[in-house]
Amino acid sequence: MRQGFPTGVRVMATSMGPLIEFRKVTKRFDNRTVLDAVDLEIHEGEVSTIIGKSGSGKSVLLKHIIGLLQPDQGTIRFEGKDIAAMTRIEWDAYTRQISYMFQNNALFDSMSIFENVALPLRQGTRLGKREIEQRVRKRLEQLELGDVMAKYPSEISGGMQKRVALARALVTDPKIVLFDEPTTGQDPIRKNAILGMIAEYHRKFEFTAVLISHEIPDVYFISNRILALYDGKIVFQGSPEDFESFDHPFRDEFVRSLEGLQEELTGLYSRRHFKVRYQTDLARKKPHEEYVAVLFSIEDMDAIIANLGHDAAQEIIRSLGTYINKHFGEVGGFSARQTINEIGTVLPFSDLEEAERILEDFIVDLKDQGFCNVYPCAEPGRCFEFKIMAGLSQGKPQVELESIMEFARFNQQEIARFQCELRRIAIDA
Amino acid sequence: MTEPRDAQTTSVTTPINALGRMALRVIDDLGAIAIFLLKSLFLIFRPKQIPLIVQQVYYIGARSATIVMLVGLFTGMVLGLQLYYTLVQFGSAGVLGSAVGLSLVRELGPVMTAIMITARAGSSMTTEIGIQRISEQIDALTTMRIDPVRFLVSPRLAASVISFPLLTAFFDLIGILGGFFTGVILLGLDAGTYFYRVRTSIEMQDITGGFAKAVVFAVIVSTICCFQGFFTHLRKDSYGAKAVGLSTTSAVVLSCVMILISDYVVTSFLL
Repeated sequence: MRQGFPTGVRVMATSMGPLIEFRKVTKRFDNRTVLDAVDLEIHEGEVSTIIGKSGSGKSVLLKHIIGLLQPDQGTIRFEGKDIAAMTRIEWDAYTRQISYMFQNNALFDSMSIFENVALPLRQGTRLGKREIEQRVRKRLEQLELGDVMAKYPSEISGGMQKRVALARALVTDPKIVLFDEPTTGQDPIRKNAILGMIAEYHRKFEFTAVLISHEIPDVYFISNRILALYDGKIVFQGSPEDFESFDHPFRDEFVRSLEGLQEELTGLYSRRHFKVRYQTDLARKKPHEEYVAVLFSIEDMDAIIANLGHDAAQEIIRSLGTYINKHFGEVGGFSARQTINEIGTVLPFSDLEEAERILEDFIVDLKDQGFCNVYPCAEPGRCFEFKIMAGLSQGKPQVELESIMEFARFNQQEIARFQCELRRIAIDA
Repeated sequence: MTEPRDAQTTSVTTPINALGRMALRVIDDLGAIAIFLLKSLFLIFRPKQIPLIVQQVYYIGARSATIVMLVGLFTGMVLGLQLYYTLVQFGSAGVLGSAVGLSLVRELGPVMTAIMITARAGSSMTTEIGIQRISEQIDALTTMRIDPVRFLVSPRLAASVISFPLLTAFFDLIGILGGFFTGVILLGLDAGTYFYRVRTSIEMQDITGGFAKAVVFAVIVSTICCFQGFFTHLRKDSYGAKAVGLSTTSAVVLSCVMILISDYVVTSFLL
């Protein structure tokens, strides 16, 4: 069943109960209570994101799942069974399914990148040398690390180290993957590329992901479930959509400061501010006055990622956002990402005719300039054709924005196609 | 009803309390290190250990050979020098070979070798494992279901047990040659006399005794150094990089002290 944001994240049918469950888990360090009777549920096949202030105990919570820490009180259950009561065989079977990606990567400095990623297979499995080599090479190439296999962690950039840690976490094909702030220290393109990778691998390999992240609102696009940790307690568990309307000091103290006015990658409004601006502007309009909404989308995002890579995909989104802001922002329009590959724009002061005129200018500009930065981001020699779609719709203030956007989605047509031979945009006649 | 504490009682009980706490801490640490040693020994014989042990034999043994032989050479040379001038006063310069040989094989060889390897490889063990601890690499091993003691400590323990006696043998050999250089080449003693004395005075039990000491020192040094690095994060006096530094210092000092103490203990059993 789909829930929350239209993320394109496929959710497996949930089993009878939660996959992992915390019941009244308490953890203290000296006199400080970090986790205070925490109750939470992680469901199979979902991406669950834990958010909270720095030092609030998110990593501590995550480490309990894999047994690096033990609770002072309370129980942690896996498929209904208390992990503290597991036999050695049961514990081995449980931990065999889990991978952990550390915040600071925890790569072994004295081993090469290849050896780092191969280590869990060499030491934890009975696979042959050739099989291990094939698997490691495949993972490293999927994460665009094929050129640095022989290098050592200190010889590569922080971003690459993060991807090596991700490769090592995924090389054993785990059922549950724990990500401890996987995007820390990355630029906006890389952050979203990493989040996109997590979403892509989650869809492909159907593992359960538990993520710690500060990247609000970007994580909303890949998460099925948000868990908010505040003052040692889980104060919210639910969908990203429900979290948007969650009224609690946690939002005021933490979430609002992170959402900011503009989304880091695209420079457009965050979803929350988009909604606030929508309500504010349209409240001034009379009931019979109409406005226009435009929905842009990048077709076949999965194929773009597969052929050009995650960085190139994020660069396309970023560039599209810049163009949209440039043309539609001038006439009082405001925009926000609706899903991973869709940007919605509201033109509160324009009619349909004016909106069509602006869209034509937009297309001409897109034709002239193209996505110049995509190819530096993509791997050399790679080529892939993709389309940009756009649809217009008109609405009145009393109609739900989601309905207007859905209608715009229905009206979408191809407005541009990126053909790698020309390195430019060609208008679809 | 409890009587109120007065200053006099406190001044008597406080140092006793402190002594008691220290004693308990020492016993606690001894217990922890004994369990650590037993676990490491047991895990030597698990699968996939051979390549790791071979790698550590190279780092601990092969790469310490140069410094051990250098120290051995000069130890032998200074022994030859000092003992010659002492023995010649008693008209016994001819027994220089025995004196140098027995001193090296029974005592100086195992002890000096162990101390040199502690300084070079032992400190490196503590630092490397300590840094792995504070940078969560050891936690990463646990999450990959790799026992960190099996992966990091057992190979070092096994490699030390292999390397220490071999390096002790090198030390003894080079040291005897060093004594030859000063006694015979520089001071004019007869070469034949020197080597005859070396050959006849050193018995097999002296050599095996020296190797037995080397094995004991190997276990002590590798256990202490790995233990200090492995539990760096539990230090109360500092954290992070400073903790690694302090652990390294503690490891080297403690290892050297324990080498000398255990030397006495083993010698008393052998003699």
